[in-house]
Amino acid sequence: MKDWRYWLAEQRGTLLAFGIFIAMFVIYTTNHPAGFTANVVQTASNKGVLLAFVAMAQTLVVITAGIDLSVGMIFTLTNCLASWLVIGTGIETAFGVVAVLGTGLLCGAINGAIVIYGRLQPIVATIATGAVYFGIALLLRPFPGGSVNEDLADALTGRLFGVVPASLVVLLAVVLIVWVPFSRSVLGRAAYAAGSSETAAYMSGVPIRRGKFAAYALAGLLAAIGGLFLTFFTYTGDAAYASGNAYTLFSIAAVVLGGVSLFGGKGSAIGAIFGALAFRTIGDLLFVFDFDPLWQPLFQGVILLIAVSLGAFALFRVRNRLEWFL
Amino acid sequence: MNGIANRMPKFIRRADPAVVTAFACIVLLLFLGSLYSRSFLSPEYLLQQLKVASFLGVIATGMMLVILLGQIDLSVPWSVAVGAMMACAAAAYGPVGVALAIPFGIFCGVAIGVVNGIGVAYLRIPSMIITLATNAVAQGLMVVYTGGFSPQDSATGAMRYLATGFAIPAVPNAVIIWALIGAAMVFVLTRTGFGRTVYGIGNRERAAYLSGIDTRRVVMIAFAVSGGLSAFGGVLLAGYASKAAQSMGDAYLLPSIAAVVLGGTSILGGRGSYLGTVAGVILITLLQSILSVMQMPEAGRQIIYGVVIVAMLLLYGRAPASR
Repeated sequence: MKDWRYWLAEQRGTLLAFGIFIAMFVIYTTNHPAGFTANVVQTASNKGVLLAFVAMAQTLVVITAGIDLSVGMIFTLTNCLASWLVIGTGIETAFGVVAVLGTGLLCGAINGAIVIYGRLQPIVATIATGAVYFGIALLLRPFPGGSVNEDLADALTGRLFGVVPASLVVLLAVVLIVWVPFSRSVLGRAAYAAGSSETAAYMSGVPIRRGKFAAYALAGLLAAIGGLFLTFFTYTGDAAYASGNAYTLFSIAAVVLGGVSLFGGKGSAIGAIFGALAFRTIGDLLFVFDFDPLWQPLFQGVILLIAVSLGAFALFRVRNRLEWFL
Repeated sequence: MNGIANRMPKFIRRADPAVVTAFACIVLLLFLGSLYSRSFLSPEYLLQQLKVASFLGVIATGMMLVILLGQIDLSVPWSVAVGAMMACAAAAYGPVGVALAIPFGIFCGVAIGVVNGIGVAYLRIPSMIITLATNAVAQGLMVVYTGGFSPQDSATGAMRYLATGFAIPAVPNAVIIWALIGAAMVFVLTRTGFGRTVYGIGNRERAAYLSGIDTRRVVMIAFAVSGGLSAFGGVLLAGYASKAAQSMGDAYLLPSIAAVVLGGTSILGGRGSYLGTVAGVILITLLQSILSVMQMPEAGRQIIYGVVIVAMLLLYGRAPASR
């Protein structure tokens, strides 16, 4: 096989997600009353980027064949923290941003430590730590409120040169600074290997524990970037249980749409980003077609159900029935 | 060491350390509570706690069945809410509706469970994912149905009687229901082929399949039972509060999983006893009660809750070191 064919096979999920996103976005903008304008793109990208960060976080953990049901709560916690800290002069704001990102990293590292070194199942462990993170968020913000450095917020949610949404540029920067180095490093390869076959990876001397730990910790960091952006977007902190849960749920949907295998070892964060943008666009399609917003949760749930059921098509390729039972 | 162990009564030596730990924690919590207030050891308080525990107990029974298979049911929150809302909704349709309210609520939960079961057993979708998805769909359906407001229908007399009445003096009906469901579950798990199959699938589904068992049907039935029991829990809760509410089930997902796992049931499936689940349910309920008596705010409760669950799991819920 030629090189490009290998590349194509590897990136199939990502390209499919990209295709779905482009198709949905074209339908969205052509039916939008304002059409394809810089404003529409800016609003869409600001909403999409929030989910994209959380979906990237989920991808890192899912690649190791784990799951992080606390991403939404880390997102909520860092949102509440940012509404206290990211304020004031330039230095104070910078310190606040670092503190918020550090908190996210710490939350992720705690998850990783409990799952890897404590040998607990990721589902139960992250549901429990998610409760803790939500509790802390509620301590920080019993009622919605707080404020944020509005200059920074406006700069990061506005437009560069009047056309390019700044949030998309930040997303690109995060991909280049966090995802690309990680996925090419030894630790990143170890995370993939651990998700693909932990035993084989162990036998080959791959540092699986460190790789998985890095994946969990970076997932916390990415969720914190999402939480920071939510604060820039809304100017407030809000410890909302439903919203945190919804982001966890949507991150899984985005990951699945983005071609990341829930059994681990396959997929990329870039696919998950397009999955997230596509999921958001599909959800917003209801608005341009003038449906009652009440239908949105049902619509999103059905999309999620269809997306996860699509994976079942792999069953038709199974020749030996025993392979049903992994 | 061995000598001491041999001198202990047989039932202690044979007991699962996790179950013993859980019961020890219950005694410890009662002791701490009695230091805080005398009334903690009064029969009224303890019966009240058992009554509150029975709602969680019914839901955790279904969760345990699914966890024994090595799966998980994350659709509990909206299965509970759907059961409650649909039972109350049916009550608005005249005498026939009132008569069918409870079966209809349970039926809706079973329907959710069947969708979960088909997804897990036949489509081989990871249970964690498909149950999250059905939970979202159930939520969406209920939002559309109620128009985003709290439903106005109220619970029927029968639902209130089941949740708050006294068929036997001094013993709340909810406790009797939990005891009946628990006894049925113990019977099914230990005395029927279905129960042995559940343990078998939890240990190794491949081996169970090769032994000629239709494992997919068993998995689907288990999910349907779990959905039905969640909805029944919702029906009881609606009877207790005399109406249904949008997010009434949210508070039951983590406790039901925690109760099962703290009771020594392996989250990987195939191992665990119903006695442990009973201990877990009572433990969680007492913990909640003590935190609320101490007027701990919601934030503190969430934190203590998560920390206690992680700590107890680290004590005895760890996966074996594989190498």
